[in-house]
Amino acid sequence: MKNDIILAGVGGQGILSIAAAIGLAAVNSNLYIKQSEVHGMSQRGGDVQSHLRISDKPIASDLIPAGKADMIISVEPMEGLRYLPFLAQTGWLVTNVTPFNNIPDYPNIDDILSKIKAVKNHIAIDADAIAKEAGSTKASNIVMLGAASLFLDIPFEKIEEGIRQLFGRKGDDVVQLNLKALRLGREFSEKNK
Amino acid sequence: MNNNKLLLLGDEAIAQGAIDGGLSGIYAYPGTPSTEIMEYVQASKQAAELNIHRQWSANEKTAMEAAIGMSYAGKRAMVCFKHVGLNVAADAFINASITGVNGGLIVVSADDPSMHSSQNEQDSRFYGKFSMIPILEPSNQQEAYDMAYFGFELSERLNVPVLMRITTRMAHSRAGVQRRESRPQNELRLPSDPRQFVLLPSIARKNYKKLLVSQTAMELESEKSAYNQMIEGTDKSLGIITTGIAYNYLIENFPDHKCPHPVLKICQYPIPRKQVTELYNSCSKLLILEEGYPLVEEMIKGFLNIGKTIHGRLDGTLPRDGELNPNIVAKALGLTVTEGEPVPEVVKNRPPSLCQGCGHRDVYEDLNEALKEYGTGRVFSDIGCYTLGALPPYNAINSCVDMGASITMAKGAADAGLVPAVAVIGDSTFTHSGMTGLLDAVVENSPITVIISDNSTTGMTGGQHSSATGRIVEICKGIGVHPDHIRVVTPLKKNHEENVKIIKEELAYNGVSVIIPQRECIQTFARRKKAEKKETNE
Ligand code: SF4
Repeated sequence: MKNDIILAGVGGQGILSIAAAIGLAAVNSNLYIKQSEVHGMSQRGGDVQSHLRISDKPIASDLIPAGKADMIISVEPMEGLRYLPFLAQTGWLVTNVTPFNNIPDYPNIDDILSKIKAVKNHIAIDADAIAKEAGSTKASNIVMLGAASLFLDIPFEKIEEGIRQLFGRKGDDVVQLNLKALRLGREFSEKNK
Repeated sequence: MNNNKLLLLGDEAIAQGAIDGGLSGIYAYPGTPSTEIMEYVQASKQAAELNIHRQWSANEKTAMEAAIGMSYAGKRAMVCFKHVGLNVAADAFINASITGVNGGLIVVSADDPSMHSSQNEQDSRFYGKFSMIPILEPSNQQEAYDMAYFGFELSERLNVPVLMRITTRMAHSRAGVQRRESRPQNELRLPSDPRQFVLLPSIARKNYKKLLVSQTAMELESEKSAYNQMIEGTDKSLGIITTGIAYNYLIENFPDHKCPHPVLKICQYPIPRKQVTELYNSCSKLLILEEGYPLVEEMIKGFLNIGKTIHGRLDGTLPRDGELNPNIVAKALGLTVTEGEPVPEVVKNRPPSLCQGCGHRDVYEDLNEALKEYGTGRVFSDIGCYTLGALPPYNAINSCVDMGASITMAKGAADAGLVPAVAVIGDSTFTHSGMTGLLDAVVENSPITVIISDNSTTGMTGGQHSSATGRIVEICKGIGVHPDHIRVVTPLKKNHEENVKIIKEELAYNGVSVIIPQRECIQTFARRKKAEKKETNE
């Protein structure tokens, strides 16, 4: 098996937490993993992406070749579209629909949504609203992880375990909130796949 | 615990490898993509228990020199910075190959091909070659760990510093790393030759000859190094040489990672002449895959130059600039290249920008207003978050050349008659390399206005300790700026009128003025408050 994932968003939106949770789940499942991150200047509110590769065989490149990604997980709708050249024909675009609007010329959201709908396999989810339901809009990235988890070759329990590990230090309340966010995201995908 | 694989960034693997390899001190100045090496050692409990020295230095040169001093005392030292930082450290770095080492010395320079977060993409391997020392260039995180672990020993054995060169993807990509048994630190021990570190011409000449003689030993080390590997392939119409992570991009393109062509994977320099010659003789032509400049390509074209075709960055088989990736390599090999859908036109650029509420924003609003009557084109900036003032909506600055250049450039422009000339520099950059420029300006009483936008941290790289915190006014006084023209202000909306007035006064003054807008970076402020809250709760 292999899961090649592009994580997309805006600097400061927490895509690295998603990567860390999947990474922990992969390690706990004895899989190989490579994950490249973005640091430095682009973190100041610019677009950021992380390449996350999981496989049961050794992984060569830290970067995913164009046209070969199995999934794009985007915490922001326009950013998901930015990495379409990476997505395989059979790949899934799993994206939040709530825009992060920090530029003067942010496009019309309907234009963006229609482009997302044009992608053959897509999940468009209002992660912010669902995160609020779970208890905090801060958990919207974990909602996205839940929505994406349906397309990962990792058992859901392993991802829950990853969440517990990742947020364990912050106390049980935070863990429970994120587990709820994760499950709500997962349910959304199951219903809307 | 040593049996568990750790999931580490390349940078972190280097740090852990150094700690396990008997490190006694790490010296560094933050710079993307090198910053996480020092941060990892600072956060490491093991490093704390071992009492490893791990404080940020004022700049790369002071870091390099302190590391040489630690080596002189017999202990193992590491110094880390980004590629342009090596320019700052170059004086000491080049001479360190002449002094040689006592305790092992590893210099890590992190290159940034494609300039993700840099002003050029220079290739540090040229400095290693220039300095005539071995270079280690890991192809994966495990090698990064191993090279840091064993690099000290190589350095001690050859009696020279070892340069470790990584590129952005190596630095900032995570993978599993197997640790080794921790090795104890060296005992304090003076150099056996008491004059080794004295580079008076007569001694330097002797040391330099020794360095030249040891080139053969370095080459032999490379030829038998496990980091350099010849990988068999049946299709000898082409032989491929890769360096560092380029190997990964190559084999990504083949099922089961088996390349049909013979491949020489180079991760230790000087380039192993024996293996290169062997590959050259057995294949009809060569393709060179390396990140950065065409260093290996130029050398092979040069020293063999007996006619066979060498493909690479120089003949356009690969782009001359930018980092490599699997698709670029596939194209170079003539393989079919996959591609997804194009980026839809609705997607707009999202450039980085100053955080909402950042004090630099207020500084630029004040400055732009104060400069209105003089027109644009007079503001020389430096390197930090505030460089983003070059972009809309501020369009406030007209230069960004290197660390510390703002004050000296403003002085040069003032010398040319551009008065008033303004320099904008951050507090960390000011102590990095702005202070000496300010002294030049004071000596000549140059008509410049220096704005030290003091956020009490090194903001751009994520908020590291800045050597200047709490000391800027005293430093400026000490350098000789007249106290009446050192003006401390608070960059907040409500102070706009007053701050504009102060800037205007100083612009009109015919001498050196320093204005210090002082307000902590909101990112470090928020983190500090959170930590304080946690402490009081516990
Ligand atoms: S990180 Fe700090 S200094 Fe940099 S833009 Fe943000 S608030 Fe300003």
